[in-house]
Amino acid sequence: MKEISDVELIASGHRACAGCACVLSLRHALKALGKNIIISQATGCMEVTTTPYPETAWRVPWIHVAFENAAAVASGVSRALKVLGKTHIKSVAIAGDGGTADIGLQALSGAVERWEDLLYICYDNEAYMNTGIQRSGATPFGAWTTTTPVGKARRGEDRPKKDIPAIMIAHGAPYVATASVAYPLDFVKKVKKAAAIRGPTYVHVHAPCVPGWRIDSSKSIEVARLAVLTGAWILYEHEGGKTTVTFKPAKRRPVAEYLKLQGRFRHLTEEEINEIQRMVDEQCRRLGID
Amino acid sequence: MMQIIDGNEAVALAAKLARVKVISAYPITPQTTVVEKLAEYISNGELDAEFIKVESEHSAMSACIGAAATGVRAFTATSSQGLLLMSEMLYVASGLRLPIVMTNANRSVSAPLSIWCDQQDSMTVRDSGWIQLYCENNQEILDTTIQAFRIAEELLLPVMVCYDGYILSHTLEPVDCPEQSEVDAFLPEYHYPYALDPEKPVTMGPVGVPEYYMEFRYLLQKAVQESKAKIVEIDHEFKKRFGRGYGILEEYRSDDAEVVILTMGSLSSSCKEIVDSLRQRGEKVGLVKLKSFRPFPTEEIIEALGRAKAVAVVEKDISLGHAGGLFIDTAAAFANTREAPLMINFICGLAGRDVTSALLEQAVRETQRAAETGRVEKKIRWLGLQEKLVEE
Repeated sequence: MKEISDVELIASGHRACAGCACVLSLRHALKALGKNIIISQATGCMEVTTTPYPETAWRVPWIHVAFENAAAVASGVSRALKVLGKTHIKSVAIAGDGGTADIGLQALSGAVERWEDLLYICYDNEAYMNTGIQRSGATPFGAWTTTTPVGKARRGEDRPKKDIPAIMIAHGAPYVATASVAYPLDFVKKVKKAAAIRGPTYVHVHAPCVPGWRIDSSKSIEVARLAVLTGAWILYEHEGGKTTVTFKPAKRRPVAEYLKLQGRFRHLTEEEINEIQRMVDEQCRRLGID
Repeated sequence: MMQIIDGNEAVALAAKLARVKVISAYPITPQTTVVEKLAEYISNGELDAEFIKVESEHSAMSACIGAAATGVRAFTATSSQGLLLMSEMLYVASGLRLPIVMTNANRSVSAPLSIWCDQQDSMTVRDSGWIQLYCENNQEILDTTIQAFRIAEELLLPVMVCYDGYILSHTLEPVDCPEQSEVDAFLPEYHYPYALDPEKPVTMGPVGVPEYYMEFRYLLQKAVQESKAKIVEIDHEFKKRFGRGYGILEEYRSDDAEVVILTMGSLSSSCKEIVDSLRQRGEKVGLVKLKSFRPFPTEEIIEALGRAKAVAVVEKDISLGHAGGLFIDTAAAFANTREAPLMINFICGLAGRDVTSALLEQAVRETQRAAETGRVEKKIRWLGLQEKLVEE
């Protein structure tokens, strides 16, 4: 495991849940980035659980301003670093899927369009978990959340997941990648690559939420891995106008195997699962996975 | 050097003389020519700064927060809807004790949409922990903006410089513009003691749990309240160096006045003319021009107005469902004092409605009547309202 540093820049003792894949993904991201960074963090689980005053889990300079503006704060940090001539320090924005796909999308779009020199990491647990599992733009089709409850008239989220990496690619960002907490070597490599590029780069890491996905705290990595093995989440990177899949499952498993481990999909009928399988197949065809 | 410039150019020039390093701003009427001028300075090589052309005022203030926290002098300018859009960030800037300077070309707030002047915008964000300084003319805009950087950086508090949109922002006046070397001698290089730096990592903006949150707010309140002394001290030093000073408020022929007008911003000039003309007729009328609305100088207000029989609080804003903001605060200043003057609140000039000499004289007459009779018939009066249009 030479590729992953043994220096811990997020201290243990934070308040994240047992089995939290989000904080694990950030731990790996920081191992990839090293200490010469300044983090601008959006409001969310990772902000709340790591900084209950007077404690902090962060061993790097870190600022939290609000929910919707991590990319704008990181822009200010980046320009200030330029003024100070501290070009060896990277401005890094971190936000969850709600802070990225919904409320923070405008600030992110502006920062990428302006070509700010910053790395934006989105940890995607597919709903507003910090406020108690409400659907976000990144919630997948069929998922139960507290604002997409399952009843006689409605059966969970009725829209597919918003494709933020594709939106970033459409902005012409020099580097866009998807990653999974279950594939740390792939993730670390992508974060390192993204941080080394001058300009706005984007890494989107898929990270299960134990209470939000209704999974056992020992299963978060297994569930994340199954997302990739079934093609429900695809690992790729996009640079120079070209998308390259970085991990192809040898034989793609049925999406039901991924869904059945999660309480948020417990209500799904065979027909609904078949519908999700069709959506996954289409996505895999589009990205050339099969 | 004397130059004929408008209020917006006075702002841009002051920001340039302050050697701002990161500008983050979004265009909005009537602030727009401030950012145009700053962009021009940068393009001409007259100003060495990064200009983040953000996609909203919310991001404008967010980026200023990021830049100021990283250790450089950050500046933005706005108006009206822009100020309200960034209002969430105003509280963060002060809560993080970041010395950001912002100028606000005062403009009314929608709906109905209006680009014209009143002071509703900055009045609306008075509780945000920003120092708010109001200017009467373009010279004062330039001087106050330069002072604002010193005040902000010595106190670690953000400062908002307010001036009336169009009335000052787009009106040419002669302004004595200081030399760069003079400003450099007055304003030291930016230094933020807790800057984000990998060599000395700090966590900014943590979760304020109930065990600590109140103490943060208490300390912020203390800092803003106590900033009064520093504002005065810096103004004195400025006066020594540049020959111009403004104080926390200005008392104009109000020493022996029975009736005093209290106002902020460019209305002060119109009021001074009314005071002069009434004084010529032997009437004991004066003016108090409030410069610092936050911190609100309670003691100075009591001192300046306490001798009067009646006060006309003339302002261009309204806290809907109550009264004008200046009136509310002035009335509160006199709480627990034995003898408060009678007070009438005159709401006027909303969305650029002309405040004529005749209207101001009407306000004085009504206040004189209160002083004579010892009673106020109507506490809140709308000056220049077209009564016919609002009849049921």
